[in-house]
Amino acid sequence: MSESIQERTTDIVDEFDMFEDWMDKYDHIISLGKELPLIDEQHKVDDNLIKGCQSRVWLHADYDGQNVTFTADSDAIITKGIIALMVRVLSGQSPEAIVNADLSFVDEIGLKDHLSPTRANGLVSMIKQMKFYALAYQSK
Amino acid sequence: MENTISFDINDIRKQFPVLSREVNGKPLVYMDNGATTHKPKAMTDAITDYYERINSNVHRGVHHLSQQATDAFEVTREKLRAHINAEHAREVIFTKGTTDSINTVAWSFGELVKPRDEVIISTLEHHSNIVPWQMMCERKGATLKVIPMDDRGVLDLEAYQTLLTEKTVLVAFNHISNALGTINPVKKMTKMAHEVGAAVMIDGAQSMPHLKVDVRDLDVDFYAISAHKMYGPTGIGALYGKEEWLNKLPPYQGGGEMIATVTFEKTTYADLPHKFEAGTPHIEGVIAWAASLDWLNAIGMENITHYEAELLEYGTKALSEVDGMTIHGTAPQKSALFSFNIEGLHPYDVGTLLDQLGIAVRTGHHCTQPLMNRLNVPGTIRASMGLYNTKEEIDTLVAGLNRVIPMLK
Repeated sequence: MSESIQERTTDIVDEFDMFEDWMDKYDHIISLGKELPLIDEQHKVDDNLIKGCQSRVWLHADYDGQNVTFTADSDAIITKGIIALMVRVLSGQSPEAIVNADLSFVDEIGLKDHLSPTRANGLVSMIKQMKFYALAYQSK
Repeated sequence: MENTISFDINDIRKQFPVLSREVNGKPLVYMDNGATTHKPKAMTDAITDYYERINSNVHRGVHHLSQQATDAFEVTREKLRAHINAEHAREVIFTKGTTDSINTVAWSFGELVKPRDEVIISTLEHHSNIVPWQMMCERKGATLKVIPMDDRGVLDLEAYQTLLTEKTVLVAFNHISNALGTINPVKKMTKMAHEVGAAVMIDGAQSMPHLKVDVRDLDVDFYAISAHKMYGPTGIGALYGKEEWLNKLPPYQGGGEMIATVTFEKTTYADLPHKFEAGTPHIEGVIAWAASLDWLNAIGMENITHYEAELLEYGTKALSEVDGMTIHGTAPQKSALFSFNIEGLHPYDVGTLLDQLGIAVRTGHHCTQPLMNRLNVPGTIRASMGLYNTKEEIDTLVAGLNRVIPMLK
């Protein structure tokens, strides 16, 4: 996983373009959720819950001095698919790249329009939290 | 009694323009009536008519329009009185809605509450019939007690009897549970409360669209009503209170409309109902609500109850056959509401995909977190019927579930 954020988001936009029907897009999101690597159980603690999500979402970040690795989980599979998308784009990138990441792909694939307002807020909270971790590592 | 008037569902649906729209490319199947109902054309026409022909403040002006607005405003009060069979129109107070009605009583009645008095609510309550009483008890040093229920969602009346003591000053519970659909035995429970001298407040948000409510037959002391859940406008509701009680309670809010005379030394309050109606009211909402009441009564509440009972029976049977289905709330007396979970699936996921198919349901805890804890679920999927729903729409819901469940498994 060494491609840039730009390359990864372009891949995702292309993938979603293959599906016309939103049920098929959701099907794809669900399969991404199912494929999301398991988070270490020790990280599924209340401290790692993202505020602002109707379903529970745990996000954990690790930093090896160069890149940030994200792991995540959710009790709702669609939410898990959405966070899998974000993990796929941002995990393994440098803090600088994450902080400056252009994430307009979520609008481009129409995801934001197809999420309920609570879920869209949840997505914003996820992105904020991921950038927040990166910002903290950047200043280390 | 078996009803004899035919219930023309197609004709009824035609009166709701929104029901013919599409959502996500599919015909809308609206099953979130517990949250709010759609509005018949007669009601929205009444709003337009008010603004185009009358628009004026009520109870003040000497001029013609103000008089017309005041008359129309008071017509609704009288229609609502007749609808719930209250004795006097002055026993009907306009509020912002059910929550506002409950808060009004919780505050005003609270002024009469002493430390160590007890208030009883039930496990089935919406947060709006829990939190105001908690706040009142905290403010007054009173104690809040809770009637337990069984796994079907039926309140335990034996336990209720043991909670009722000479310390009990008020009992508050809903007529119909918003989360499970249980119809509570209001008349019986009210009689039990009155035997120990306690007042009774009913949250009628979910009952008014489905049942003929007779406050005198039920003998309740307070009854909270929401217009938007009974095909009326949002932002308006009512509090029924027995005259004797309303006279005894201090006003909840001060302002215009609610006074008799004001000097800097002392204000005297207006008579009922104005004592509880401070400020310019939701005039358009009150006036248009009358159109909803007329519309409901032209169909007949008994006909509505009868038709929705058919939907309940049909839907319960159809949903029971869905893979992994658990229906929460199986009280023998129940409204046409299906609260359920699918084994292994998050309610939110199911609701999201149903929405893609044009089916509007509600997911989550339905503002009843203590009830969800009692059921040991984080939330449910709730399909709540209105009088315009059909058996074909229930089939669409079932087909939708059969499509989305394999996707999520």
